[in-house]
Amino acid sequence: MSRIAARFAALKEAKKKAFIAFLTAGDPDLKTFADMLAGLPKAGADLIEIGMPFSDPMADGPIIEQADLRAFAAGINMALILDSVVRFRKQDNDTPIILMGYANPVYSYGIEKFVSAAKKAGVDGLIIADLPPEEDSELRKAAQAQGLDIIRLITPTTDAKRLPVVLKDAGGFLYYVAVTGTTGGKQAVTEPVRRAIEAIRPHTNLPVAVGFGISTPEQAQSIAKISDAVIVASAIINRIASNLDAQGKAKPGLVKDALGFVETLAQATHKG
Amino acid sequence: MKNSYTSQPDKDGHFGPYGGRYVPETLMPLVLAVEAAYDEAKADPSFQSELDYYLTHYVGRPSPLFFAQRLTEHLGGAKIYLKREELNHTGAHKINHCMGQILLAKRMGKTRIIAETGAGQHGVAAATVAALFNLPCTVYMGEVDIERQKPNVFRMRLLGAEVKAVTSGSRSLKDAMNAALRDWVANVEDTFYIIGTVGGPHPYPVMVRDFQSVIGRETRAQMMQAEKRLPDSLVACIGGGSNAIGIFHEFLNEPSVAMYGVEAAGFGMNTGKHAAALEGGRDGILHGMRSYFLQDEEGQIQEAHSISAGLDYPGVGPEHAWLFDQKRVSYVPITDDEAVEAFQLLGKLEGILPALESAHALAYVAKLAPTLPKDHLMVVNISGRGDKDIFTIASRLGVTL
Repeated sequence: MSRIAARFAALKEAKKKAFIAFLTAGDPDLKTFADMLAGLPKAGADLIEIGMPFSDPMADGPIIEQADLRAFAAGINMALILDSVVRFRKQDNDTPIILMGYANPVYSYGIEKFVSAAKKAGVDGLIIADLPPEEDSELRKAAQAQGLDIIRLITPTTDAKRLPVVLKDAGGFLYYVAVTGTTGGKQAVTEPVRRAIEAIRPHTNLPVAVGFGISTPEQAQSIAKISDAVIVASAIINRIASNLDAQGKAKPGLVKDALGFVETLAQATHKG
Repeated sequence: MKNSYTSQPDKDGHFGPYGGRYVPETLMPLVLAVEAAYDEAKADPSFQSELDYYLTHYVGRPSPLFFAQRLTEHLGGAKIYLKREELNHTGAHKINHCMGQILLAKRMGKTRIIAETGAGQHGVAAATVAALFNLPCTVYMGEVDIERQKPNVFRMRLLGAEVKAVTSGSRSLKDAMNAALRDWVANVEDTFYIIGTVGGPHPYPVMVRDFQSVIGRETRAQMMQAEKRLPDSLVACIGGGSNAIGIFHEFLNEPSVAMYGVEAAGFGMNTGKHAAALEGGRDGILHGMRSYFLQDEEGQIQEAHSISAGLDYPGVGPEHAWLFDQKRVSYVPITDDEAVEAFQLLGKLEGILPALESAHALAYVAKLAPTLPKDHLMVVNISGRGDKDIFTIASRLGVTL
């Protein structure tokens, strides 16, 4: 069983919902990112998404775009991203790691080379924001051959006619995008999300995680009640950004404060 | 089999490996809806006749094909004709695809228009058709371009459009397109995105090409009338590539017609500061399409550099990427300095100030024409007029206005 499937099975057994935390690789600097990543499981993150910075993150809002810029300034690259997973795996072999990003850096690295390096590093799944099912067969086949899940996104614009296209070949879990817009924009509203998940359930056995527009413990708890997992990205990045000095350097106490915030989100999710 | 450079794209919008629909899932249903609506419109004679009506009576088509006698004599070689797209309403070829797209937006029942712009020519054209059809319009424009294209910014505002400054990244055309795509993702229900080039996700590259192909169809008829035969060569500038594909497409299957797509070489190809995606970039994915892009070894998109805001884009439309691989079109570089010189040359010889974008094409004509015989028929697409560029040219020449 894959780490993703095992983790969701264990949580189901414990009657708990999953909390998925997002970090941008290399934000705000390589050391702080490594410390944050290492601290996430203890703070309650059940799965971890690592954002691969891109020069033109068109599905993201300004919060994650700024994080990408900080990471570039810190010297992030694909080799360092994969290396951060290798280091993480030395202390934690159970928490699933999903790499999230855009197609071009992956294609540029080379699809075969990328999926085999990712698998070897201990990555479990991939989310590529600008690779819809119609265009992902090349990456998906390579990833599946290595046992990596391609995690598909379902959005409020995915209608009943399109849903089967998205569900076919989906792996790991389903990522329901709670709002139409970029990351860190509009706030998620529980009721339409609940209806959307109800419409998805009969067509899949995969867990349904909800992301976009969830920034507080209260929202996390309310979304957890109606889904299998809660994903928080921009709010965590924001918390990291609020611990930077005027020069953009990490202040002492950043990691403790940001992980403390993750803990409140994780606890709220686990109550849901 | 007959040469077929016009059989592309496939049903999913692929020109060979290029093109496609590389957009977030939120946009996919919408992109598919635009495609379905466009297919339906294409098959509906009333759509074409409505488009023709506006192209004739509002845009002012056909645009003339003018024999540039003094330029021809000055260069002393090929016989040079100018396809005068700068005489269209709004002063550039951009109105051709804006008219087509707004009629489609209306047909789809969309109530809000967004657009991105570099030089402001597409933004002005989008704002113009939005005013004509009474739809609110938001134009995204990089902060750098707002500074160097002030007349067009003011024109857009006079036309009732909201011009939003884009402050991220290189603050030019690439970033304006990111911002427009973000707006579209957030406002999928009511908004139609009028893309300004033969780029973006399918069906945009093919749709914009179809709307621009009127340039080549007219050129064929006008040349047959003037010279009783086809032209021997076509020259056009390439940013995303809309005016070039517009004049090329009609002739792609005519093996006797040579084609030159002129990319912006900025400070020079060897300086790394240019906007020549085909000659200086490689295969990649951005803005909904697979094509050639300027990028570093990590696949991060690099900033383009060109004096011409309309060519200052690190990518190129997917059909050009395919034609480049097929070697059907020759893609050649022209620097800022060469374009500025050609800008002045046409003014002095023919009384026409071309857009800085089109001046790149002219600069290549100035290199190529003298090497060719006098019976060689060459057409250069004057895609826009240069009024918008006089401030840039003035500062380049050290003149204070």
